[in-house]
Formats: sequence, C-alpha cells, structure tokens
Amino acid sequence: MSNKTITCECGHVNPYGTEICEACGKPLQGDLESKKLLNMRYEGSARRSQTYKTTIVDKVWNFFSSVKVGIWIIVLLLVASALGTIFPQEMYIPPLSDPSEYYRDQYGIPGQLFYDLGFHNLYGSWWYMLLIAALGLSLIVASLDRFVPLYRSLRKQRTIRHESFMKRQKYFGITNIEGDKPSLSKVKEVLQNKRYNVREEDGHLFAEKNRFSRWGPYVNHIGLIIFLIGGMLRFFPGMYVDEVLWIKEDETRKIKGTEEAYYLKSDGFILETYDNNDEKFKDAIEQSGQEVVAKNYQTDAVLYKQVGDRIAGTEPELEKIKEHPIQVNRPLKFDDYAIYQVDYKLNELQSMTFTLDKKETGESFGELTIDLYNPEDEYALDEGYRVEVMDYFPDFEFNDKGEPTTKSKIPNNPAFILRMISPEHPDGEVAFVAIRQNLEPLGENEYKMSFQNVDTKNVSGLVVRKDNTLWILGIGGAIFMIGVVQGMYWNHRRIWVRRKDDELWIASHTNKNWYGLRRELESITEQTGIEMPQDQSEQK
Amino acid sequence: MAQLSSNLLYISFFIYFAASLVFAISLLGKKWRKSDEETHAKKWGRGGFILSTVGFLFQLGYFITRWIAAGHAPVSNLFEFTTFFGMTMVFAFLMIYVIYKSNVIGVFAMPVALIIIAYASVFPSEIQPLIPALQSNWLKIHVTTAALGEGILAISFAAGLVYLVKKVNQEKASKSTFWLEAVMYTLISTIAFVIISLSFEAAGYSSTYDFVDNNDQPATVEYTIPTLIGPTDATYVSGNEFGPLVDAPSWMKGEKAAQKLNTLVWSMLGGFVLYWIIRLILRKRIGAALQPAVKNVNEELVDEIQYRAVAIGFPVFTLGALIFAMIWAQVAWTRFWGWDPKEVWALITWLFYAAYLHLRLSRGWQGEKSAWLAVVGFIIIMLNLVVVNLVISGLHSYA
Ligand code: HEM
Repeated sequence: MSNKTITCECGHVNPYGTEICEACGKPLQGDLESKKLLNMRYEGSARRSQTYKTTIVDKVWNFFSSVKVGIWIIVLLLVASALGTIFPQEMYIPPLSDPSEYYRDQYGIPGQLFYDLGFHNLYGSWWYMLLIAALGLSLIVASLDRFVPLYRSLRKQRTIRHESFMKRQKYFGITNIEGDKPSLSKVKEVLQNKRYNVREEDGHLFAEKNRFSRWGPYVNHIGLIIFLIGGMLRFFPGMYVDEVLWIKEDETRKIKGTEEAYYLKSDGFILETYDNNDEKFKDAIEQSGQEVVAKNYQTDAVLYKQVGDRIAGTEPELEKIKEHPIQVNRPLKFDDYAIYQVDYKLNELQSMTFTLDKKETGESFGELTIDLYNPEDEYALDEGYRVEVMDYFPDFEFNDKGEPTTKSKIPNNPAFILRMISPEHPDGEVAFVAIRQNLEPLGENEYKMSFQNVDTKNVSGLVVRKDNTLWILGIGGAIFMIGVVQGMYWNHRRIWVRRKDDELWIASHTNKNWYGLRRELESITEQTGIEMPQDQSEQK
Repeated sequence: MAQLSSNLLYISFFIYFAASLVFAISLLGKKWRKSDEETHAKKWGRGGFILSTVGFLFQLGYFITRWIAAGHAPVSNLFEFTTFFGMTMVFAFLMIYVIYKSNVIGVFAMPVALIIIAYASVFPSEIQPLIPALQSNWLKIHVTTAALGEGILAISFAAGLVYLVKKVNQEKASKSTFWLEAVMYTLISTIAFVIISLSFEAAGYSSTYDFVDNNDQPATVEYTIPTLIGPTDATYVSGNEFGPLVDAPSWMKGEKAAQKLNTLVWSMLGGFVLYWIIRLILRKRIGAALQPAVKNVNEELVDEIQYRAVAIGFPVFTLGALIFAMIWAQVAWTRFWGWDPKEVWALITWLFYAAYLHLRLSRGWQGEKSAWLAVVGFIIIMLNLVVVNLVISGLHSYA
C-alpha cells in the first residue's frame, strides 16, 4: 500500500483517496466553488476498493466489496432457491422410491428435467454451497472495506466544518442575527433537549445523535457471518448427531450416538385422537373428511445411564436418570442431546403362538411361542414331539420366480417352514405356516400347526439429535437482529451551526429518514427562531 | 362464542370498507367543495383513521373471542392465518398513518387488506383441532410475528402502488402501463375468485368425479364450482352434471391438482370479465383513471413511506419468519431448517428484501424502480401464502 497522504488546510492528515477531509469536511477533490451537493456516502472517506485497483489482490478485493456483486449473489441465491421448490426435494419424496423414476412418473418431462439437472438435491449441491460461500466472502470484504474508513472519519470529525462543506449539504440555511437573537445558547439548549450530543467551539455548534446506528449494517453482517460459520461447523465430526431409534414397549435400548452410553426404556406408546363428537371441533373434523384427527403422540420414556464400564457378555449396570413423556414439541433433553417423537407403529407383531395338533383327533401335543425377532431353531414339546424351524420369512412374499422370500427384517407378514417331529414321523413332516395360511408342500401330513394367538406391541419412532452448532447460530442470529434494529430503527443525524459575521449558518445531514430529520428541524427552528433550512435537492 | 367471533369479523369487514371509502373521499377534495382542500383532507382523513381503528378493534375482538372459543391462538389454518394477515396489515397501516398522516396510503392499503380478508373467507372457517405438531407456543409466536412483518411489508406495496399510479406515464401504452394494469388485474381476479367461490358455495354447487391418481390409485374429487378442467380420464359420479370441457394435462394427477387448476382458470376468466367491465365503464386504463386522484400527492413522501415500511418490516419479518420459525422447527421437527418449500419461500422473501435494501441504499434505486420492487416483494409474499400453501405442499401445507 502506498503511504501517500493528503494534508488538508486545517492541518489534518487524511489517508490517500479521501474525498472529504475527515476533520473539517473540506472537499478535497473537485471544484471548491461547485454547488453540487456533496456525496456524503461513507463521509467521502478513503475506501480501499476505490483507491487501489491494480494488483490481483486489489481486483479480488474490489470484486467482492462491490455491492453490485453482492446484490447479484443475493439474487442468484434467490432464484436458485426458488427453482428447488418447483418439485419436492429428494428428501421429501416417498422413501424407497427411486428418484430417477419418481420424478418422471409424477411430473412428466419437467420432472425428468428437474432430476437430470440435479435440482432434486439442489440445496446440497456444490454450486449452491459455492454461492453461499461467495455471499460470506462478499459480506466480510464489503464490510471491512467500508467500516474501517467510516469509523476513522466519524471519530475524527471536528466541531467546525468548512464553509463549502456546509453549503453543499442537502439541508442548508442562513439566518440573520438581530441583536441577540437567535442566541446560540438557546439553540444549544433546544438541541440538547432533543437528545443531541452538542459540542461547542468558538461560538460554533456541532450536534450529533445516534451515531451508533451507523454500525448497524456491520453488526448485522457480522451476525450473518457467524451464522454461516455455525452452519458450516455441522460438518465437523462430533458436532452433530442425527440417529433414528425405534423402540418397543417395555424394551430398553442403547441410545445410538451417545458415547457415554445412555439407555432408553419405553414404558409404552400412546396415540390419542380427538373426540369426533366434540362440540367444538365436530364441524371441522367432519369437513376435513378425515376419520380421526391425532391429538397426541407420546412415548413414556425412562432414561438410564450406564454405570462403570460394560464387561463384555454381561448386562450393563444402569442408573435411572429421569422419566419423561416424549411428545411432539416436547423432546426429552439431557446433556447435549434431545430425543424427539417422530413416528410410530401400532400393534407390530412380536410373537406367534401355535399348538401342534393331530388332525384326526384334534388332540394337542404342546404349545410353542415363536419370537418373531429371534426365533429359535427348535422347540421341544411333549415327550417325543418337537418342532424345528427350517426357514423363516419375516416379511414374506413370493419373488419373480415364485420362490418364497422376505421383503425386510420386520415381521409384517411372517411365514415359516416348519418340521413337525412326532413319534409316528421321527423324520418330521414339513408345513408352511403363515398368517391364515397352512400349506403342505411335500404331501399330506398327519399333524398340523394350529394358530393360537399373536402378541403385538406399539413401537415408537424416535430421533436422537445433538447439535452443538445451535448456540453459535443463536449468537449469530441475535447479533444479526441487534444489527438490523440498530441500523433501521435509529438514524444518525447531525446538525452544524456556524456563526459567520452577522449570519448563523445551519446545515444538517442524516443517513436515512429525511422526513424525520425535516420534522425535527422544523421543531428546532420554530423553538429558536432560526430560519428553516432549505432542502437544496428540491431547488433544482 | 364462535358465533360472536364471526359476527365481529363481519362487522370489522364492513367498517374497513367504509374506511376505504372515507379515505377515497378525502382525496377527491375538489369534488366536495364545502371547505378548502386542506381542511377537507384533514377532516376526512381523520374520519378514515378513526374508522380503521374501530374496525381494527372489532377484528381484535374477533381474534380474542375466537381464541377463547378454540382454546388456541387462531392462526392455525389458512382461514385464520389469512384473516390475521389482513389484520396485521391494517395495524401496520395505522402505525404508518400515525407517523405520516398520509390519506392516500389508506386509499390503497385498506382495500388491499379488505381483499385479503375476503380471500380468507373462501377457506373453511370451522374451528379446527390442533394436530400435535401445531401444539406449541413457539408456533404462535412464530406465526404472529411473521404475519406482522408481512403486514408491515405490505404497506410498502400500497405505497409503491400509489407512487406508480402517480408517476407512470399514462399518455401512451408502455411496459409500465401494462404491468401496472397487470397488478390491478391480479387484485381484481382475487375479488372475482372470492365472488365465484362464495356464490357457487351458496348455491350448493357440487359435482364428483372418479379418477386414477399419480400412485395409480382410484381417487375421488369434489368440485364446488363448475368443471371447466377435469382430472385426466375422469368419470362423472354425482352432483351437478356439467363439463369437464377439457382434461388437465396428464401429468397433473396430484391430489386435487386438476381442481386447483380449474379454480385458477375460473378466477382468471372472472377477473378478465370484471376487469374489462370496469375498463369499459372508465373508458381508460384503471391506472389512468386513478391518476387524477393522486395528482396532489407528495411523491417523495410516498417513496419515503415505502422505504420506511420495509425498514420497519424487515427486522420483524426476519425475527418471525426466520428466527422464531427456526426455533419452532428445532423443537417440533428436530431440525431448525429442512428446506421445506415454505421455509425456502420465507428465505426467498427475506433475500428479496435484502436485495431491495441494498439496491436502494447503495445503487440509488429510489422512486419508480424502488416502487416496482415493493410490488414484486408483495407478490412474493402472496405467492408464499397462496401458491406454496395450496399447490406446492410441504410440512406446512395447511390443506
Ligand atoms: C442476505 C444477506 C445480507 C443481508 C440480510 C444484509 C443486510 C443488510 C442491511 C439490513 C443493511 C442496512 C440497509 C439499510 O440501512 O437500508 C445492509 C447494508 C449494507 N450491506 Fe448488506 N446484507 C446482506 C448481504 C450483503 C452483501 C453480500 C454485501 C456485499 C457487497 C453487503 C453489503 C452491504 C453494504 C455495503 C451496506 C451499506 C453499509 C452502510 O451503509 O454503511 N450486504 N445490509
């Protein structure tokens, strides 16, 4: 960087590139006699991007510090985001469907195009990420480029301003002094009553208020940057846990994702629905055409923590931490974790009970209960009678070739091939047993399996979540809000009063809300007897 | 209580209507030459303001009594939310009026609020039970704050419209006159939509069709307005026997997709008819007919109001539609952000107003350009309310 500086006639040394002297406000560039209003943006201070334009670094800096570029980035993000909502994102299409077919089937050629362009996963795409990164970079560069010089100029400003500076403000007026009126001390008092910070020097005044509002945009940009950083941290290991936990009634399970080994027990899952005859809601429920409207999904959970180390092969020793009914909107929270109610299955099959009967007499030779999640190989019954499990299909169907297979490991439609061993048939008879189905694939049998009952349980679908980035996002969001409010709900107003022979000069500037400034000036001039300054931009 | 509540809403609707008229009279000073123009404007403006305030209090009464009747904040379905949005818009207008005393904003803002409330009346207004996901205080806080933000931003639309009506050169047709008429036409179509829906509903119109939906499952759909566009390969089952004149495109098999298209076409045709009736009566563009009324309006002030509304509304919108929304989403859906269409559209709205602020502040987009932006911003807000809720369904879809 160059060390060239500009020394103003008032003696203040300004950085190279300054347009308006930081101290006295004398325009340093252009014609002093010009009547054109001064460009007060950033106080005419020396911004790096306006001053240095040669090296690569300068060019990159200037590119990202440009608000024009910033706006383009915002607009591109906006358009991209909108495109992604034309059809559902991949995560919202029905699970198990194949996206390469789903979009075409559901939405025809536009759907196919949507998929081919990768818009089904738009918000995770590299170019969307790149746009967000560019936004972050632009925020940082643009803010630094402006904040530093602006801060310098506002700190260095002197009470007395150059005449040319005053004349070239939007609001400027001259009042003749007659006798003592208007008196400077009265003006000062009025300004102070309006909560201006008033400085006086040699019979000149400088009143300023709400300078802090000028930092608003920088504060809010810092908030945004913190927020973006927080969003990035999620991809670091250990910051973020997202696990699904299916848990049955009366079951105790290790909570996935918690290294300290927590355990969760379900004391039951409850589904409550609204009473369809409820006076209040009757009409709406009828109108909606739904048979029932859910009122509450709840898992009565007990949280345990493992004590000491677990010795392989033994049951862990557990200590109860707390009981909590997990409902939608009321997760169970512990340490950094939260467990949410998100899904459920009612009456999931757990076990099936059969008896082994002789067909002819109907006589029964023992009962067996098969745990559908963990069937044994063999069940011993009365003396001489046994049942062997030859094959098990938890979610039975016939495949393309007509062979029995299973769709999943969940016992939605359990089927067995069993060998029934009896004194008459020591080698056993083979039976195919499924729900409401009894086949004898290898010829007629003498014995049969008679279905007795099933045992079902409700299952809760829970999500285990840890998100250590939340507090950073919270801080970012809070800073952003403080920044926007600071910048939007207050305005930086300044009034300069200068005594020149028999004249009182007044000039005024605000960064926004000129209407408010005008009203304030009207009130001030009315109370002090100063002439209302003219809006010089209107006179042309 | 529920009955009282809906009566209060009706009353407030008519008071708002009266207030719109009174504001209009305040503008037409010349034609009511009893007093000089300034006192006339002051007098009628004060009247409009008082009426709007009274109407607002009635609507507040509706809100409170409905809350008591339902046992939860009445912002949980489309009817309630849209009504509330209209209410926040009136509130924002009152706020801006206190600051700027501008009658002309009332002439545009109050009718827009009226249209929004009328639009709400098309949705089922029974008091609904809350499904588990909606049972949260954060939801109330999120929805009310977001609606307030949108209400304030809507005032910038009203101000932008005033500016455009005044400034767009009506001497010859141009892109600007075309788009300004397009805005008018859209507002009129909304009115047409409300009239059509409510009249056929009152007449008890209904026809039912069977069709095969996108999952190759048989489905039934009930039309409550005559079927111009039916589901693909639909068979008529019962009810009024009319149409369909054409089938919806074959890929539009989503639940109620064809029905929504039918409603849209009806609204557009209805709007078209209404628009041309108005134009034939006026014998000029609606923009041109309104122009003389805003002749004396201080355009710089209107421009300032438009910016001020964004400046005040933007932080409120951010807080409600993004920050509180994220807090609620974290509690209810386990994650603060999920790229659900409604969330994305809140982000788009926010980005849009961010762009507006930067264009205005740094690139000097004031006056007409800025007014167009304010119009576009409002369109985005309405898209989020109408299209995203009704067409692009997601977690938030109130359907
Ligand atoms: C979505 C992201 C952004 C948001 C929400 C945002 C927000 C804001 C807000 C609220 C203001 C104050 C506006 C006013 O007072 O009227 C502002 C000012 C500003 N923003 Fe941003 N901004 C964003 C992105 C950017 C980017 C990418 C740039 C890069 C060029 C940028 C550069 C600026 C500048 C230069 C100012 C004016 C500062 C001043 O007056 O001293 N902003 N921003």
